[in-house]
Amino acid sequence: MSNIPSKLDFTVCFANVNGSGSASANTLFAKCIFRMGCAVGIKNIFPSNIQGLPTWFEVRVSPEGHLGRSGIYDIMVGMNINTLARDIESLTSGGYFLFDSSLFLDTQAKRSDIKYLGIPIKNLAAEVFPGVRQRILLQNLIYVGALFSLLNMPPEVLETELKKQFNNEKIYKNNLEAFYLGYNYGEKEFPAHSGFKVSTSDKFEGKILIDGNTALALGCIAAGATVAAWYPITPSTSMIDAFSKYAEKYRTTPEGGKKYAIVQAEDEISAIGIVLGAAWNGARSFTATSGPGLSLMTEFLGYAFYAEIPIVLFDIQRCSPSTGLPTRTQQSDILFAAYASHGDTKHILLFPKNPAECFDFAIQAFEAADRYQTPVIVMSDIDIGMNLTLSSPLKLPKDFHLDRGKVLDAKALEGIKNYGRYEDVDGDGIPYRTIPGTHPKLGAYTSRGSGHDKMARYTEDSFGYKENLDRVFKKIAGATSTLPKPETRLSKKANKEFGVIYLGSTAYSMDEVITVLDARGHYLNYCRICSFPFHQEIKEFILDHKQVFVVEQNALAQIAGMLTFELQINPSLLRSLLYYDGKPTTAQNIVNDILAQLT
Amino acid sequence: MKNARDKLSHPSLTQNKVGLVPKDYHGEMSTLCGGCGHDSISAAIASACYELSLEPHTIAKLSGIGCSSKTAAYFLKSAHALNSVHGRMPSVATGANLAARNMKYLGVSGDGDTCSIGLGQFIHGVRRGINMVYLCANNGIYGLTKGQFSATSSLGVTSKNGQTNPYVPIDPIILALEAGASFVARSFSGDKNQLVPLIKAAISHHGFAFIDIISPCVTFNNHASSDKSYGYVQDNQVYTASIQDYVESVPEIMAEQTPGRLTSVLLSNGEEIFLKAVSEDFDVYDKEKALQLMRSFSGKKEILTGLIYLEKHSHDMHQTLGTTLENLRDIDLSKLTLSELELKEINESFS
Repeated sequence: MSNIPSKLDFTVCFANVNGSGSASANTLFAKCIFRMGCAVGIKNIFPSNIQGLPTWFEVRVSPEGHLGRSGIYDIMVGMNINTLARDIESLTSGGYFLFDSSLFLDTQAKRSDIKYLGIPIKNLAAEVFPGVRQRILLQNLIYVGALFSLLNMPPEVLETELKKQFNNEKIYKNNLEAFYLGYNYGEKEFPAHSGFKVSTSDKFEGKILIDGNTALALGCIAAGATVAAWYPITPSTSMIDAFSKYAEKYRTTPEGGKKYAIVQAEDEISAIGIVLGAAWNGARSFTATSGPGLSLMTEFLGYAFYAEIPIVLFDIQRCSPSTGLPTRTQQSDILFAAYASHGDTKHILLFPKNPAECFDFAIQAFEAADRYQTPVIVMSDIDIGMNLTLSSPLKLPKDFHLDRGKVLDAKALEGIKNYGRYEDVDGDGIPYRTIPGTHPKLGAYTSRGSGHDKMARYTEDSFGYKENLDRVFKKIAGATSTLPKPETRLSKKANKEFGVIYLGSTAYSMDEVITVLDARGHYLNYCRICSFPFHQEIKEFILDHKQVFVVEQNALAQIAGMLTFELQINPSLLRSLLYYDGKPTTAQNIVNDILAQLT
Repeated sequence: MKNARDKLSHPSLTQNKVGLVPKDYHGEMSTLCGGCGHDSISAAIASACYELSLEPHTIAKLSGIGCSSKTAAYFLKSAHALNSVHGRMPSVATGANLAARNMKYLGVSGDGDTCSIGLGQFIHGVRRGINMVYLCANNGIYGLTKGQFSATSSLGVTSKNGQTNPYVPIDPIILALEAGASFVARSFSGDKNQLVPLIKAAISHHGFAFIDIISPCVTFNNHASSDKSYGYVQDNQVYTASIQDYVESVPEIMAEQTPGRLTSVLLSNGEEIFLKAVSEDFDVYDKEKALQLMRSFSGKKEILTGLIYLEKHSHDMHQTLGTTLENLRDIDLSKLTLSELELKEINESFS
């Protein structure tokens, strides 16, 4: 066994059957790696199903802090008989295949370049645990134990983590017992520890393990959102679950009254209608959805854009079109979201790259919605949203102060001669709004999707209609002044020949791409887009290079298209690198594709 | 001339308890056809609010799309209104109510909003128990798109252009009862003596109050064989295509009903409608009886009007959700956000 050189960056893939409770055990394993002081990136490739279909849970262990998929499986925990053959096939040469030898017997013959480690998991569990359901769940802890042995990880780490997880002494003991069944078996039966090593350091101290949906929900709390309406849809559901959990904890009065309201609507049309009604009436409100839900919301999106109502949407993108692969990731709603609704509509979009930014951008979304009185859509995806990953701690913005924007109170109204809801008083296109009930006589108006003039009166007059609409476009264009700027990384050694543009979850792999290309002497410049409408800096970045690669996780080169359209970029300057198979793309894929174009 | 409110609103300049006169409850000039039943509804709402001495700005007006929904602008000009998208008023009302539970919410919609495009929203709005008044101005026709049948058009009625409706109607009253509305009534736009008190009662009610108001469309559904006209057919007159675009201005039709008795109403075009107000001894607290009674009227010529069901111990959405008594929108953001200490605690829970 010692012929494998020590490897510090490796991926453990758990091939399970969904509904078997494996994700909890696998997460436990990942948390222990993190606890030991090593970066860990999780990619849960799960089915749109409750029980019985295959699921792959990848844990990348990376002392460098690379959180993207490696695409290479060094250790496979093969617990699903139905995918056994392909799981063995997908293992890298020299890797380990851990399997339940009480179920699978004929694995040895298939490949000679990998090590098979059989553990009689089912039999071990059956000897100790009487209940069927209990046995199924605890089997997962047995393979975790075996992994600890294989990787020579200290079992105390698991004990501490288990204690944190289970208050119930009996459950804790059972889990621990199961763990040691596997651990002791490994220690006794495995020929030696593997060459893979969990490298520990203090580099990641202070970091947290969190998923993007939870971070978004916490951002909504921090932003003071009080009304959430939604319709269940993967992968946004866990965001509302988290909002509910934290709102209950931090937003309940001593008497038990809730300072928030969550409504599970009958559909996404209703969900956005509720959000719109609440926002119009002065509450910060939001909905969380995914592509199909966003499709249903488009009529109201146009209304909110035109009637200028500050609503916030979170689109946790998934693999489309149509129902697509509902539990797989993509960045394929961007073009649609940017212009969602009939007619000339354009929406502010924010593209967080990881959980810490999810928290920050959620706050910024409410601020921008109120500031510009328009819908703001935060474009996350399954990869960011549902995968627990290493992240910087959540941080409130500097000089944190929430601002409702241009809202007139009763006193302000009395100081105004002839209030016009849609009047461009300040020349920035942003009008002043009033909240219903503010003043007994002043400030009331009718919000409508029909043509209206600056006084909010119904109009079919061409001039009044156009004047108002032009002001709305001016307002949206001006939003770039406060929206998150693109993040550029300019290398001193770069010759300005090649640039790379990307956004969102692609950053997980792009961080690694930059390291790899730099290490190989390919110095490129990089620009990560953080919001839409696009900043002029992006145009300048593109024009500064001979060729710019646009890396995106969709098939139709949506970002590249929008760049040409929005920034009047010559399409020949852009070269698209597209990844859309539903799995988060790997750094290796991107590196290979860029290198192929450089030569 | 167009606005029925001048005739319906309180004639005097008498101030109510909050020092307002009837005029303070008016809205913008209506753009509906002369004689439209919807204008009578607007006038009735204004009267009801005046009589209840409500300050208009404590009310939010919400509507969907269609002739009925335009009316949100035609009463209570010092109240905010949101004329939303087709069939979605209940969701907007839900959100508005969640933001500020201490305001009153008046929703005006039509039969297209309520029984077709927004049927789901209507049912779920009722189910959620939004504390609001939902008025359905029911004319059995799509007026704004020029005369298509609606889901409340009766089976076999003929449209202005001679088509026969082959579908059975949906009765929003029965839907509201089934879905759990705690105040259910039906009225006629032309009977202010019945309608104004019903609206007052609905506004005073805590919970979801629904009033289906038969409100004749003078332009597209006031013809022979229409049962949502100002009357049922007495002659076989069918408008010819040549006058399709001619909107005749007709006087408002008024009719006072006597509880328990059939009231015949003769309309401007010679048609007659039969209204039957529920008798005074009718038990409004018995939902099963109300449902039976409503079903017994389905397919009949008579339209039963009046308060049909009232739940004694009604509750609303906020009680279901357990929200605090303060308006959510009025809680200062600085009291809602996370403190550095709380965030530290949260971060620690993930480390």
